Amino acid sequence: MTTARMSKGEQPPASGAPCDGPAHGPGGAGRTPGREVLARVDGLELSFGGLVALHDVTFDVRAGEILGLIGPNGAGKTTFFNVLTGVHRPNRGRILLEGRPVTGLPKHRITRRGIARTFQNIRLFSGMTALENVMVGADARHRTSVPGALLRLPRHRREEERARTDARALLEFVGIGQHADQTARNLPYGEQRRLEIARALATGPRLLCLDEPAAGSTPAEKDRLLELIRAVRDRGVTVLLIEHDMRLVMRVTDRIVVLDHGQVIADGAPGDIREDPRVVAAYLGVPTDAA
Amino acid sequence: MTPTTPSGADPSAGTRLSTQDPPPEVSGSPDPPGTGDREPREGRTGTVACPKTPGGRRRPEDLPPVARYALCAGILVAAYLLPWIDRVPVIGPQIRTQGIDWPSALFNMSYFVLLALGLNVVVGFAGLLDLGYVGFFAIGAYTVAVLASPDSDIDRGWPWLACVPVAIGVCLLSGVLLGWPTLRLRGDYLAIVTLGFAEIIRVFADSSSLLRGDRGLGSIPHPPGTWSDGSPIFSVRDATPYYWLGLTLIVLMVLAVGNLKRSRVGRSWLAIREDEEVAELMGVRTVRFKLWAFAIGAAIGGFGGVMFAGEQGFLNSATFQLMFSVLVLAGVVMGGSGSIPGAILGGALISYIPDRLRGVEIAGTDAFEYRYLIFGLMIIIIMIFRPQGLLPDRRRSTIPQETQVEEQT
Repeated sequence: MTTARMSKGEQPPASGAPCDGPAHGPGGAGRTPGREVLARVDGLELSFGGLVALHDVTFDVRAGEILGLIGPNGAGKTTFFNVLTGVHRPNRGRILLEGRPVTGLPKHRITRRGIARTFQNIRLFSGMTALENVMVGADARHRTSVPGALLRLPRHRREEERARTDARALLEFVGIGQHADQTARNLPYGEQRRLEIARALATGPRLLCLDEPAAGSTPAEKDRLLELIRAVRDRGVTVLLIEHDMRLVMRVTDRIVVLDHGQVIADGAPGDIREDPRVVAAYLGVPTDAA
Repeated sequence: MTPTTPSGADPSAGTRLSTQDPPPEVSGSPDPPGTGDREPREGRTGTVACPKTPGGRRRPEDLPPVARYALCAGILVAAYLLPWIDRVPVIGPQIRTQGIDWPSALFNMSYFVLLALGLNVVVGFAGLLDLGYVGFFAIGAYTVAVLASPDSDIDRGWPWLACVPVAIGVCLLSGVLLGWPTLRLRGDYLAIVTLGFAEIIRVFADSSSLLRGDRGLGSIPHPPGTWSDGSPIFSVRDATPYYWLGLTLIVLMVLAVGNLKRSRVGRSWLAIREDEEVAELMGVRTVRFKLWAFAIGAAIGGFGGVMFAGEQGFLNSATFQLMFSVLVLAGVVMGGSGSIPGAILGGALISYIPDRLRGVEIAGTDAFEYRYLIFGLMIIIIMIFRPQGLLPDRRRSTIPQETQVEEQT
């Protein structure tokens, strides 16, 4: 496990709020200007029947950042993840990854393009071992298929070996290497969450989307999770984080996008977000004009 | 602005924490995860007693490789010697069938085992409920018959062996053709479509002039080969060589299917079976792998068919009843869905039990008449006491998992 390190542009944990002035709206001035855009979310609209789930959601994800996505329950955060990973198709708008659209692609193609995710309610392959779970993710990068497997061709065996090695390394990376051969459903809850992260990383993502990875964790586990998220970013993977625990979000993210009722109501550095009257109003239920 | 302390910002966060048992800090505990109300599925699966925690019952996989190979070799030799089970004192005559000659019973078992192995790929590995598996068996058998029987309009007079690759190819293709439009369906819908498929094949066999309905196609050639005295190896007199042929095919299929199961293909199937949406989100090409499962299952079913045609020498539309599909499915489930040894055992039992009942008198009637009654009771008993099957797969969860609909934020 990597310990928390403070690389450039990262806020020291639990420090005060460095104020860069208000930064709202798409492309708002976070504390990491000048970084290239990894993903551009452009005018996403999605409604289920009459219910508008996402309305004109527009923001950028910059390469190498940890971007928090927060908002009250029902704000559309998971729905946004579902659109991003191809589970739902937006009614309008698009998502560009490295300049190329991913909206409308099948789910597995989006994954291969470099977007991986975990789930709010853990969805592991519960009958498989931890190692096998991660290998499924690693398989996405492999080329040989049924004929190779049937005849156990040398190239297939090399790929199997590599998948196994990579998967073990990832289990070590997330800190559950000792449980590689345990059935996923028998793992303790917190380790199941870590296993989901390892499985997602195995697909070789550029962008890792974590959906409430700290839910149900103890404070100590949250601290270790925070280190893990930073370690993931230090591997060169951009992280998009949905999280309800504000303390965690404020400590780990470089920038935060706030959703409320399916709309982006704020986009900026953690310190600014904390002070933003609209965000406060959305969370406390105070009408905007009264804030 | 001061009111937004982080914990105050999200009123649900505090309550959520308090409703959940903190997971154990110490790792390595095999306890089911103590999850709260938000993870009903995890909680539910967690409470199901895992039948084999590490360190529990010993399984053949846990043996050292040498012992494992020796075990396999022993079983294989014993299987090839089965036709002479009479020579085994005491238990031999008990095992042997009475109303049907023993080699024929063994041959029947061999093609049922092949069918169970094939269906196990579809149902057990990939989790696709196929109720029309007999359709592929029929396609394999009829392809041989049409190409080789003198009764057929397009009789080519082909020898049996030449028909085999064609028949397997046709089966593969029909698996893909059936799968392509239907594999987007799930669960029950797929089951209905496959049921319809088997009926279409049967009705087609019944009514088409090519397949000659219940008049059937006769004089289908036997597999090639002669003994040293010039008499054919495969004849109507003795079914033993057919059994050996079937057994050899079974060995080949077990090796092939085992290779697939241990590979990324098997993992993909397993992932699809457990949670198809997540599998696709992890980069698994779900439609492609489901199609492969279908095609491979169909091809193995086709092998059963060509063997059947070669032994029987005659086929008609009454041969391929829906009961076949149901029986084979029962065999797969009874043996332990997803388990190769299970499929072998289950497939053998569904054929052996009725054959063994032939010629046995119960209260003045042939027990064969009651075969489905006895058989049904046995399945019920097995399912009550061993719901995971007789030789279950290690990874098979004991409860079926429905695809979860992900809730919104």
